[in-house]
Amino acid sequence: MTMITFWVSVLAVATLIYVLLDGLDLGVGMLFGLTRSEAQRDVVMSAIAPIWDGNETWLIVSGVVLWGAFPTVYATLLSAFYLPLLLMLGALILRGVAFEFRHKAGRLRWLWDASFVGGSLVAAFMQGLTVGALVEGLPISGGQYVGGEFGWLSPFAVFCGIGLCLGYALLGACWLVMKCDAGIRDAAYRQIPWLAAGLLAFLLIVFGFALAEDLGVMGRWLERPTLFVFPAIGIVSAVLLAAGVHLQRDRIPFAMVAVIFAAAFGTLAISFWPYMIPFAVTIEAAAAPRASLAFMFWGAGLFIFPLMLIYTAISLRVFRGKVERSAQYH
Amino acid sequence: MDPIALLLSRVQFAFTVSFHIIFPSFTIGLAAWLTVLEALHLATGRPAYRAVFEFWLGIFAVAFGLGVVSGIVMAFEFGTNWSVLSRMTGPIQGPLLVYETFTAFALEASFFGILLFGRSRVPPWLYLVSTAMVALGTTLSAFWIMVNNSWMQVPVGYAMENGAFVPTDWAAIIFSPVVWVRFPHMALAAYVTGAFCVAATGAWYLLRGTFAAEARIMLRMGLTLAAVAVPLQIGFGHLVGDYVHDEQPTKFAAIEGRWHDEQPAGEVVFAMPDPASESNRYELKIPVLGSLIGSMSLDSKEVGLTDFPPQDRPPVLVPFFAFRIMVGCGLVMLALAWIGAYLSRTGRIERSRPLLWLIFLSFPLPFVATLTGWYTAEIGRQPWAVTGLLRTADAATPFLSAGTAAVSLIVFGAIYAVIFAFGTLYIYRMLRAGPVPHLPAPAAHPGRPLSILNDDAMPEAGNAAAGE
Repeated sequence: MTMITFWVSVLAVATLIYVLLDGLDLGVGMLFGLTRSEAQRDVVMSAIAPIWDGNETWLIVSGVVLWGAFPTVYATLLSAFYLPLLLMLGALILRGVAFEFRHKAGRLRWLWDASFVGGSLVAAFMQGLTVGALVEGLPISGGQYVGGEFGWLSPFAVFCGIGLCLGYALLGACWLVMKCDAGIRDAAYRQIPWLAAGLLAFLLIVFGFALAEDLGVMGRWLERPTLFVFPAIGIVSAVLLAAGVHLQRDRIPFAMVAVIFAAAFGTLAISFWPYMIPFAVTIEAAAAPRASLAFMFWGAGLFIFPLMLIYTAISLRVFRGKVERSAQYH
Repeated sequence: MDPIALLLSRVQFAFTVSFHIIFPSFTIGLAAWLTVLEALHLATGRPAYRAVFEFWLGIFAVAFGLGVVSGIVMAFEFGTNWSVLSRMTGPIQGPLLVYETFTAFALEASFFGILLFGRSRVPPWLYLVSTAMVALGTTLSAFWIMVNNSWMQVPVGYAMENGAFVPTDWAAIIFSPVVWVRFPHMALAAYVTGAFCVAATGAWYLLRGTFAAEARIMLRMGLTLAAVAVPLQIGFGHLVGDYVHDEQPTKFAAIEGRWHDEQPAGEVVFAMPDPASESNRYELKIPVLGSLIGSMSLDSKEVGLTDFPPQDRPPVLVPFFAFRIMVGCGLVMLALAWIGAYLSRTGRIERSRPLLWLIFLSFPLPFVATLTGWYTAEIGRQPWAVTGLLRTADAATPFLSAGTAAVSLIVFGAIYAVIFAFGTLYIYRMLRAGPVPHLPAPAAHPGRPLSILNDDAMPEAGNAAAGE
């Protein structure tokens, strides 16, 4: 059981790191579509160029931990979300190559700029959609997905897709505030209130919907009132975010939005507990045999996972601070 | 399981994994070479090493990016298209991929950023360490993938419990003798690939009469490495053949084009295998050599495909021809590497333009050899996903419809076609533009690492753009 707890924690940490780091990447990608000049686009790109690849690696980390520690869930969810995952992967490919390709392209640069923006948007939307479908409950019978090609599609799932786009864009805007100066920073400061208001509206509607539809997760809330500590953290962070934006303290907004994301993530995770696919497959039922979990624990889990956290910290630290203005190089 | 959906899933996996392997097989060797170059530059201070380093780093970046994005697809495809396989083998393949990702991917991805953008931000020793870490990461990645694939080829150290493969002996899985011939075979393939691409580029510049100092470094280092690595590779290839002979007799018989038991067995050099009549047409066969290659004896009995029921046999044509193409590429590379390295060491290679042309034109050979080698291994393993235990037909996602599978195949096909076309175009442009002599000038702009190559080295960028 301790092994299972360990690996579900690693999965949760890896997924949260992914959401925060690639969330900011994808958000910056979406906001890239609002830039006005080539010089701005270069700077916006440089704000994430050195770290996007490492950030996206956390998606693979989550994916393989899911496979190694919870193979049933990996097999069930990935095959159930066939089309959304296909679109997400295609989108991630198209935005990933844009980093290298747009500087090599001549007249076709617009193509890679478009694939960067579109890919970021579609990838974020699909991620939100799958989470929404999970919250609403996938059609599962006897541990097998039985929903057919579009069993995941619902207005609620689509709405969650839009919500995550807003959330990632907010994260991206706060990142740009921290990494850039002058025009880009100011534009991002103007975007933050709109995005934050949109996200807030989204959260309220989701909450109302969950209440009205009596979704399974709501039951958890009424049983476990301590869960309300997470929304409380979220509200405090939102207030600090507003203060940070108002005072134009460049490092505050990103930190606060990251806390809001972490609080939302914690809310979801604890609402699902002890289920992995709510409310069909429990963590315990999904776990790989002890021999698999222990093998991963004694090497990858105990030693390499902390190292990975250190590498990530190093690479974020090496590229800390504001990016240089590219204009001065031309 | 819809048979059309199964076929489309197989085509999609073959297509996406073939596309993917092109890039790691190039970047694994290149990363190791970049480490050597950076070390040489630190040790000698010769600017040409730095120029060659920066030049190949730009190409590495594009190839690495394509490898990363196409690799993410692989990590998900097991679950989307092969959910029965991933459920059953998850307890073994999952942890191996966790080690792959944790050790390799994290290492590569994190230090890759420093490699591309961090030269001005870290001390020289840390930059060298970062280069070495990227190289170590790519190699470790290959190691874990080979452990994983070797387990599917020859499953060991498992027990069946509740319809899943449960690991009982991880040491047996990781230290399987199959891993320790197949991993060097793949690593050497990558080093040979890197070596030939570098040597071919050097030969191209010498033929054009440009970048002579850098071209000589590329040609000499590439050919020397190839001259050592290609014979080693052929040796490990033979050892891989030995394990196939012992563990996967149907694959071995398909490669050999041997339909019936023979004692002593001949070696088919060329033929047109005909599955309908279970015999070969236009056969060119050397007597006794088959026993010698298969069992190192002059009179051993070697098994033929007809010993096995038809539903347990692999398709014959692809393993048979793919293997011969791989060996042919290997022999041509051996000749080029040895002659080239000899002439290069004795300083005569620049006068031998026909040889330079051959070396220049040889760059596709290692890619062809790697792909055909994998086709031999994977198609030869059919009809099994896990040899002898789980059929490919039973491994696929049971409810996947042909329509959905067709959509994903078309989407991946279209996206990969576009990124491959542009990726190779941009690599070609960088190769054509050539290295920039290194000046201890202001560091490149961190946001535009590859502009080191573009803006300064490509006065003809306008023409290039016009060519789009």
